[in-house]
Amino acid sequence: MATPAFADLLKFRLHKNLTRWLVSGPPFLFLLLFFLAPSLIMVLASFRYPGEFGGLAPLRDANPAVLQGLTLETYRFFFSDVIYAEIFFKSFGMALATTLACLVMAYPLALLIARSPRKHRDLMVLLVILPFASNFLVRVYAWMIILGPQSAFAHAIGSALELFGITPVPLLFSPVAVLIGMIYVHLPFMILPLYTNLEKHDPVLLDAAQDLGANAWRRFWDVTFPLSLPGIFAGSALVFIPVLGMFAIPDILGGTRDMLIGNLIKEQFLGVRDWPFGATLSIMLTLMVLAWAGFSMWLARKWSHSHA
Amino acid sequence: MALLELRHVTRRFGALEAVHDVSLSVEAGEFFTLLGPSGCGKTTLLRMIAGFDQPDEGQILLDGKDLADTPPEDRPIHTVFQSYALFPHLSVADNVAFPLKMAKRPADEIARRVREALEEVRLADKAQAYPHELSGGQKQRVALARGLVNRPRLLLLDEPLGALDAKLREEMQVELINLQRNVGITFVFVTHAQIEALALSTRIAVMSQGVVEQVDEPDRLYCAPRNRFVADFIGKINLLDGHVIASGSEGMWLEVAGLGKIVMSSVASSTHTSKGTLAIRPEQVRILGVEETTTAENCFQGTVRDLIYHGDVTIYTVLLANGLPFKALKPNSAPGRAKFFEVGDAVRVAWPKEAGIFLDH
Ligand SMILES: Nc1ncnc2c1ncn2[C@@H]1O[C@H](COP(=O)(O)OP(=O)(O)O)[C@@H](O)[C@H]1O
Ligand SMILES: [Mg+2]
Repeated sequence: MATPAFADLLKFRLHKNLTRWLVSGPPFLFLLLFFLAPSLIMVLASFRYPGEFGGLAPLRDANPAVLQGLTLETYRFFFSDVIYAEIFFKSFGMALATTLACLVMAYPLALLIARSPRKHRDLMVLLVILPFASNFLVRVYAWMIILGPQSAFAHAIGSALELFGITPVPLLFSPVAVLIGMIYVHLPFMILPLYTNLEKHDPVLLDAAQDLGANAWRRFWDVTFPLSLPGIFAGSALVFIPVLGMFAIPDILGGTRDMLIGNLIKEQFLGVRDWPFGATLSIMLTLMVLAWAGFSMWLARKWSHSHA
Repeated sequence: MALLELRHVTRRFGALEAVHDVSLSVEAGEFFTLLGPSGCGKTTLLRMIAGFDQPDEGQILLDGKDLADTPPEDRPIHTVFQSYALFPHLSVADNVAFPLKMAKRPADEIARRVREALEEVRLADKAQAYPHELSGGQKQRVALARGLVNRPRLLLLDEPLGALDAKLREEMQVELINLQRNVGITFVFVTHAQIEALALSTRIAVMSQGVVEQVDEPDRLYCAPRNRFVADFIGKINLLDGHVIASGSEGMWLEVAGLGKIVMSSVASSTHTSKGTLAIRPEQVRILGVEETTTAENCFQGTVRDLIYHGDVTIYTVLLANGLPFKALKPNSAPGRAKFFEVGDAVRVAWPKEAGIFLDH
């Protein structure tokens, strides 16, 4: 009696598994091929020697004078000079500053959009993503003009500083210019997840909070802000991680001493053509991002628990 | 002095008058209900009392003091919203603690009062749970505990039982009454369900299209509705329109077209009335077989059009000679008998002249 039912169940399970594989198989294979494989190649590359004319040295060579096989040399090199730690530290600081600045600027804007009449919201979101319609490099070059010594903007800043008795320094090719560029480029990546989160908040919760004695300040800090934490974490990740690896903006707006990890890595691959060291730097960067993600996830969990 | 007083309150949305010239007073300790069909302005009125909306005309006073310049957060009035509006990121205990924190009470007092409030609604074991882990009835009780915990002068409840299923609803009704008696806080309760209003309230204001039609105790509303709307809205009722043909000390005679004369002892308030309506409840009407005799003054022929069996009683709809459906209730008190008449049976309906009331508007 139980046998046909069991057979039916088995058929059902098989059918269900088949569907699942058909749906999730292709993207899985895609990631396996184009994400995991290159990552492994990078890991391997970081343990090899640089080639004589750039690139990688052969793993095996008939000539014993040629460097070959695997080595920890690049890692030893990375830890032997404090300059690399400094660049990492500086990049980390830049990413943190950009993330915080984006958060502070994006939050009021996202809130404004989320609380606007429904018919205006789509237009406002469109305006936020409108810059994506033009080329990223063009937009960054535009900042070169805005921040350049000839611009009205630079003049205005300069005279404002003089009022306070501060001798103006050039804006362009400075860490400040890099920071401005970073914020400008990444702001939409903070606004959009925040808006998506804030737009879902049930307005009756604010009524309830006010009804129970919360003024505008408490309504924000006790209701809106804690409910928006997932949006804050999503936006921060979308800004922090790309900034950490960004090389184009420091290249264009920064001075020679404003090199970040991204520039360093790019330099290894395209400039001095030391692939193993470039791979090592990439891996260190990935490890740092993972550590940061783990830390912020731990922090988020701890935070939401202490508020439980 | 009344605890809450509304004086000629009017609220307009464009051309629509959602609330029109409403005057009410609610005494301390009352379970006061605003009853009316959906869209009659109950929520609008409640939002003005809570402070989320301002009247276009008129005043709202609490303890004799005009509330016009007091924002919602500063009014000693709390609301239980229909959707409960519990904070999803806070545990049950923190939800209940919210108004106490806003009032900056010391931590040990907050802990004690949250515990007491949760015991009041029998949810002490759910203190650490989150709203999404609770059933509808439990959420409702958290919302009540949160609204009552710092002892407001007034608790407003906007259709709080609307989202519950019938059985739970009945349980919550009993709990609401007990809770209100125990804490002694004045409730202003909003509902469109007349049975709920009758069961819970000390007084009821019946509203229709922004206007308060009658304010009275439940039994007064049921037995002495002031007009057709109230009579029709509260419970089931038969309405017979007619002309007054004679009126004296021993009663009044009403001519109903197509049916005949009706005699009643209730008299019109105005002696000049010529048109009016007899309003009579199904339980005041006897349904008889054609050969049964009756001493009731009013007796009319008809046929059973349909019947609804309720278990304890059956409600028969009888088609009268003038084509009017007329409801009569008969208790199924004889053992083993579910009904006394079938659809299509020729029957008579009868009522004494003391039954029913006369409505002249
Ligand atoms: N903010 C508003 N803007 C326009 N019309 C409204 C608004 N609030 C309520 N109304 C209208 O006022 C009338 C009364 O609404 P409401 O007080 O919610 O009724 P109830 O709570 O009795 O169902 C309805 O016709 C409703 O459409
Ligand atoms: Mg309503």
